[in-house]
Amino acid sequence: MSMSRRTAAWGRILALLLCAGWLAPAGSQEARIQLGTPIDEDQLSGFDLIAAPDGSGMPPGAGTARQGRSVYELNCLRCHAVNGEGVSGNTVIAGGDMRSEELPLRTVGSYWPHASTLFDFIRRAMPADAPKTLSDDEVYQVTAYVLFLNGIVGEDESINSETLTAIAMPNGDGFVDHSHLH
Amino acid sequence: MKELQWEKAAGNGLLNRRHLLQLGLTGLGAAGASAAFGQDAGAILQIPEWSRMPGANASAYGERSRYAGDLQRMAGTPDPIYPGGGSSRTPLQFLQGTITPNALHFERHHAGIPDIDPAGHTLVINGLVRQPLAFSYENLLKYPMVSRINFLECSGNSGALLRGGNADGTAQSLHGLLSCAEWTGVPLSTLLDEASVSPEARWVAAVGADAASMGRSVPIEKALDDVLVALYQNGEPIRPGQGYPVRLFCPGWEGNISVKWLTQLKLMREPAQFRDETSKYTDTMPDRSSLQFTFPMGVKSLITSPSGRMNLPRPGIYQVTGVAWSGHGAIRRVEVSADGGATWAEAEMQAEPGDKALARFTIPWEWSGGPAVLQSRAADSAGNVQPVRDEVLAARGTISFYHNNCIQSWGVDDGGAISNVYV
Repeated sequence: MSMSRRTAAWGRILALLLCAGWLAPAGSQEARIQLGTPIDEDQLSGFDLIAAPDGSGMPPGAGTARQGRSVYELNCLRCHAVNGEGVSGNTVIAGGDMRSEELPLRTVGSYWPHASTLFDFIRRAMPADAPKTLSDDEVYQVTAYVLFLNGIVGEDESINSETLTAIAMPNGDGFVDHSHLH
Repeated sequence: MKELQWEKAAGNGLLNRRHLLQLGLTGLGAAGASAAFGQDAGAILQIPEWSRMPGANASAYGERSRYAGDLQRMAGTPDPIYPGGGSSRTPLQFLQGTITPNALHFERHHAGIPDIDPAGHTLVINGLVRQPLAFSYENLLKYPMVSRINFLECSGNSGALLRGGNADGTAQSLHGLLSCAEWTGVPLSTLLDEASVSPEARWVAAVGADAASMGRSVPIEKALDDVLVALYQNGEPIRPGQGYPVRLFCPGWEGNISVKWLTQLKLMREPAQFRDETSKYTDTMPDRSSLQFTFPMGVKSLITSPSGRMNLPRPGIYQVTGVAWSGHGAIRRVEVSADGGATWAEAEMQAEPGDKALARFTIPWEWSGGPAVLQSRAADSAGNVQPVRDEVLAARGTISFYHNNCIQSWGVDDGGAISNVYV
């Protein structure tokens, strides 16, 4: 078959396909694969654990540091020690000063910019050997206790979604957002 | 001696490769023959034993040759305080080309590797979308996929070298939180389009299904650009240590944001402010302010051979080779120095460098038997040039150790022993 005859044959096949509507235009609705199953946010109440600084995702419940002491001693003390001084670098959660002369000790109190992160992280990831075993109230209680260890809240202050997200952390203005640079 | 005719490309023995090739039958050829036969330069070659009998049968799962060396990742000792936390490092000094074998791809976990049955795994898209959606693994596999070859580097890679001290290690122990693979999956934009993202959504909070439910927030611009919901790595389903059955993959960005075991994508106005984007993976500067969301990995290169803890057996010709990469684009140029940065020669690339992928460079070097300091310096398509250590220290200090992309210096002593040095 010569080159021109072959080209002509392919042209006829293409024309037939187009007539039959088999080649849908790229990007048309018909060609899209949509296999996600619609769900409601209600179905995600036990699945979506994101507790954000604006209070979104914070569950009902509350707790004080006084209540949190026993939760802490049972679940957290082994790694974070009595006063949050920890047993190794990553387990120090209290104390520190970003303005210290030497290498600053970066803890919840000295470094973390948002109090919401404490609730979010404890609820999803702590205690490390049995994450997601604390009730929401217990998470609020132990969150309050860690804030108390850092001198940020009083022992009987009630911590809930509103009071937690209203807390101004000591290093809250210490961060520079670089996300716009990329 | 033919050596005297070789064109020097830079000080202390770096050679011009094109000139070497022309002389291949004389100078280098003679040296190569001597090395191949060792002491028996005059030996008569025989048909070897293995050419005289049938070999092994085809096998269901391949193994490396038992003569090829026992390549292993270097894994940290488990820490009871941090169950499942830790990393394993790629043996960069023993690999060639640019693709990391899956079994040797570095790992970094924050709560261990979950044993996920994909039949019970769900990927949810919710938050600021018109229609929240749930995807099964089975259905994700039905979407059109794309493939990209990209490096992945932990932002803590090479961090120990910033603070100095006695960092006597190998390319693996010092820089092994770096790998490169072909990642295949569904563009994240495809799935976001299906859920129909609200205009006010600026961030995508990604969460994994590990015990820590590790989360990171991705700006919507990146999410709609080149981010993959990755299902395959170098042709096979992603391995558990890399996020089986599905991971996020954000090309060029610090490894931690490519969330493994991906189970949720929540569209939000603001970042979620997860622990791993506030307390960790943020960079405290000398003035005590801290940079947040410092995503791209800077332009960087590393000589993988010869490198730390290797020994040069005798003076003569060696191929200096290594890898270069940039989170800002493709590698444009790699230069090598054998005299601690006093003079530089441009290395050859073994293949056309890809976008946000490892590139392999090589340059011949004649070791005189005297002291040398081997360095490589990369430049990328965005115009970035890899800095020296003092520049990184001046700009960033040593409070944080993330994002160290400084030039690595390998010192060669007059006995041929190689170690990390600070120049």
